[in-house]
Amino acid sequence: MAKSDNELTWKDLEIGGIVVAPGSASQYESGTWRSQRPTYDFKKCIKCGICALFCPEGCIGPNEEGHFEANLFYCKGCGICARECWPRVITMVEEVE
Amino acid sequence: MTTRVGIEVSIALADAVKLANPDVVAAYPITPQTHIVEHLADLVANGELDAEYIPVESEHSAMSACLGSAAAGARTFTATASQGLALMNEVVYVAPAMRLPIVMAVANRALSSPLSIWCDHSDMMSVRDTGWVQIISENGQQAVDNTICAFRIAEDRRVLLPVMVHLDGFSLTHVIEPITFPAQEEVDKFLPRNNFPLPLDPDNPVAMGDFAPPFIFTEMKWAQEMALRDSKKVVLEVWDEFARTFGRAYHPVEKYHSDGAKVVLMTMGSVGETASVAIDEMRAEGQNVGQVRLRLWRPFPFEELRQALAGAEVIIVLDRAISFGGPGGPLASEVKAALYDQPDKPKIVSFVGALGGRDITVSGFKEIINQGIEIARTGSAREYEIYGVRE
Repeated sequence: MAKSDNELTWKDLEIGGIVVAPGSASQYESGTWRSQRPTYDFKKCIKCGICALFCPEGCIGPNEEGHFEANLFYCKGCGICARECWPRVITMVEEVE
Repeated sequence: MTTRVGIEVSIALADAVKLANPDVVAAYPITPQTHIVEHLADLVANGELDAEYIPVESEHSAMSACLGSAAAGARTFTATASQGLALMNEVVYVAPAMRLPIVMAVANRALSSPLSIWCDHSDMMSVRDTGWVQIISENGQQAVDNTICAFRIAEDRRVLLPVMVHLDGFSLTHVIEPITFPAQEEVDKFLPRNNFPLPLDPDNPVAMGDFAPPFIFTEMKWAQEMALRDSKKVVLEVWDEFARTFGRAYHPVEKYHSDGAKVVLMTMGSVGETASVAIDEMRAEGQNVGQVRLRLWRPFPFEELRQALAGAEVIIVLDRAISFGGPGGPLASEVKAALYDQPDKPKIVSFVGALGGRDITVSGFKEIINQGIEIARTGSAREYEIYGVRE
């Protein structure tokens, strides 16, 4: 795509806003909705993946070390992962900090 | 070949839909639209019309089914009135935003409460800002011709918007009129196959009616607005071609002795014919009065209206709907807005009348015109006048 979504003019839109290519929702940065961000103490992480199972956004996966981590492009900061993580790896912090 | 028959206007409109050869009719019966969809159901059941008739469980479902049908590229028709249009309202907004070419006849009827099955334009006004092209019929022939033109306008690649054909409940839907039907071959030539550019197709999947975040919503709405504004050009073109093909000419603003008239009465819908008799009689008595009738409600024909009303000193507008707590008649508001910036502003007097099926007779229209002239001279403490109310 030549222009990013927020550069499109009204003339660039498909008729009726029809979306012709699949997967366009993946370009939408729902992470901008976030007011809290998950932070990690990976020393405690046992790589069980329970955070990923509970994440309603489906944005958590293993990083290079195999620790489970949210993709902040999509993470809305709901904090469900922090609540479900029983080894207490995840702490939610205000985005302003 | 062309045939001229005496026929109930609802049946004639349904026969016009048949001439347009739709693929899908999805509708729920409601007075005074019932005969239109009953006859279409008959035509499909009898094998005279090769279409899918979907007997939905509500008007909300009717319009929802129409969305799906039009999205699949099918030629789509529905009809409703009053409470049915109100129940349908949520989905009525969706069709133009998704640019789906649906044709809907609206048999204009008052909205409850109190319950009334008779005509006024409160249902029409409830969908004023939905983004549909809206055409008004003054008699049965126009209802038939408008219906055929509506498919052509809606499906034009430069338009791709749904079109409403308004016709007054009972005073048009249930009267028997002489109607000239065009020949099937002529209609086939006039109406090319529907060719929606991006239809639902399993081999080329698309997503329609998606979520739009704030960064794109304004662009979407402006694209929709420009499409509706630009559709006027195509409406004019289609009416022009219709006139050349079928010999009956239509204009967004119809003038009746209004050129050079100092006083102009403005009407919309079936009352226009009765009003024109009043105009004839008053002119015979030597009064310089004329009439304009609005045929295209949306997109509003600003230029044509300014031209038609140029030189008039008093404009009397009759609305068949109240904008409660507002300026009175919705049509009068539009006329005032259209003329406000003109250098020589006429006096515009708003009358509301003919509500819930109450007739205005020829002498009634004379009374309205004479009262309007008087109010234009003396002014009024009220935003608008209500005609015929017992005080």
